Amino acid sequence: MMAEAIRVVLSVVIVFTFVAVGVALFLVLMERKVSAWVQARIGPRHVGPYGTLQTLADLLKLLQKEHILPAGADRLMFGVAPVVVAVAALMSYVVLPWGPGVIVRDLGVGVLYFAAVLSLEVVGILTAGWASNNKYALLGGLRSAAQMVSYELPLGFSILTVAAIAGTLSTVRIVEAQPYPWYTYPSVLLAGLVFLVAATAESNRIPFDLPEAESELVAGYFSEYSPLRFALFQLGEYGSLFATSALFVTLFLGGWRGPFGIPFVGPVVDGLFWFLLKTYAVVFFFMWVRWTYPRFRIDQLLNVSWKLLLPLSLANLLLAGLLVAWSG
Amino acid sequence: MAEAVAFYGLTAVALGASLVVALSRNMVHAAVSLIPVLLSVAGYYVLLGAEFVAAIQILIYAGAITVLILFVILLTEGATGVRVRPRNEQVSLGALVCLFLAALLVAVLTRTPWPQTQGALPEYNPGAVGQSFLTAYVLPFEVTSLLIVACLVGAIVVARREA
Repeated sequence: MMAEAIRVVLSVVIVFTFVAVGVALFLVLMERKVSAWVQARIGPRHVGPYGTLQTLADLLKLLQKEHILPAGADRLMFGVAPVVVAVAALMSYVVLPWGPGVIVRDLGVGVLYFAAVLSLEVVGILTAGWASNNKYALLGGLRSAAQMVSYELPLGFSILTVAAIAGTLSTVRIVEAQPYPWYTYPSVLLAGLVFLVAATAESNRIPFDLPEAESELVAGYFSEYSPLRFALFQLGEYGSLFATSALFVTLFLGGWRGPFGIPFVGPVVDGLFWFLLKTYAVVFFFMWVRWTYPRFRIDQLLNVSWKLLLPLSLANLLLAGLLVAWSG
Repeated sequence: MAEAVAFYGLTAVALGASLVVALSRNMVHAAVSLIPVLLSVAGYYVLLGAEFVAAIQILIYAGAITVLILFVILLTEGATGVRVRPRNEQVSLGALVCLFLAALLVAVLTRTPWPQTQGALPEYNPGAVGQSFLTAYVLPFEVTSLLIVACLVGAIVVARREA
């Protein structure tokens, strides 16, 4: 009982610290560096060595600024919305397997839990858009709801495809069930592709960043948000980007297992190293896509989900089911 | 002890949020308050050891259905910013129905012989849920899916007529 309570508090502290420093702060810096590199610009370089302290300086600036409540805004909902987004993103870290035995809680329904808590994020975005009392914010929130509900289905089906082949919903056992180095069945590869596309849309990133399309909606659902709450949205956004990348690594890239099976320091350190390396590589891929492609239109976006990805992932799930049935 | 604390905590949240759903004059507040109610119900499922149902509850009800309700409210011009009256002329009739329903529920609750398991709960297994869906409960399962298809087709027909 006591040990359990200590474990819970420690997990929360470690996960929150990691998400704040290793994910939100670091990924914002990485995004700026990668975008500069892709677009042949210079990027941040004045604060700290090679500009590495830039996001820390930005955060300190955000903390000092005045909090503004727009006229006619719903005070309670306006304040709650960013917290919902951040908490939903943080809760998904419970089932991420960082290494052998390194997990907050190995739930029997792990991947389902992951999809469930991430689906709560859209509630925060929708309320933020409405509570701001601003037409651009409301439009951004509505677009986001349409987009995230549509792309949850192909995302869920591609997760289920891997779960069906692995024969389990637990994230740890999915990693353990994977052959070395990862699954090479065609249906798993297709599921991976669908997952990448749907995850880009779920995390509202270019080419699917309609909810915050600057050229039409100012900044979408968080247009009216000032410093600290804006920072919470950023925490939620980058937190869920990292978590989704980590789930991709877990499902499709062999999780914490390294190449060649060579042990270096020890199973736990090696596991952490490979898991983080792979996840940051997937995050880099998302950033690379973001700064390379232009934005879709909202109708194109919804058509891709309902007319292409959904039938494709359903057929793919059927294929995986046949595979499981035949191989016993 | 811990279970009792969790149970009463969940119940307090569920009841409080349900009151907001029923009594709020603001449609958006009422719709958003559905989410804590549904999450508390998911909490009950976790307490009962039904993890799979809890995850599905969050995924479908809190994450999708409430979002759709909110979506519809926000798209309807008359529903946002307007204070709705949560009561109308049929209060007395409604109270009568509520009383009847409450009496029925209490009667069923007290008369049902609830099965009790001895010792610890069995290990929860989502595979068993799937197995029983495709063996013992295959007919209700298929009938439900037919019903959902009918609803989908109906929704399309209704939406098409307007355009």
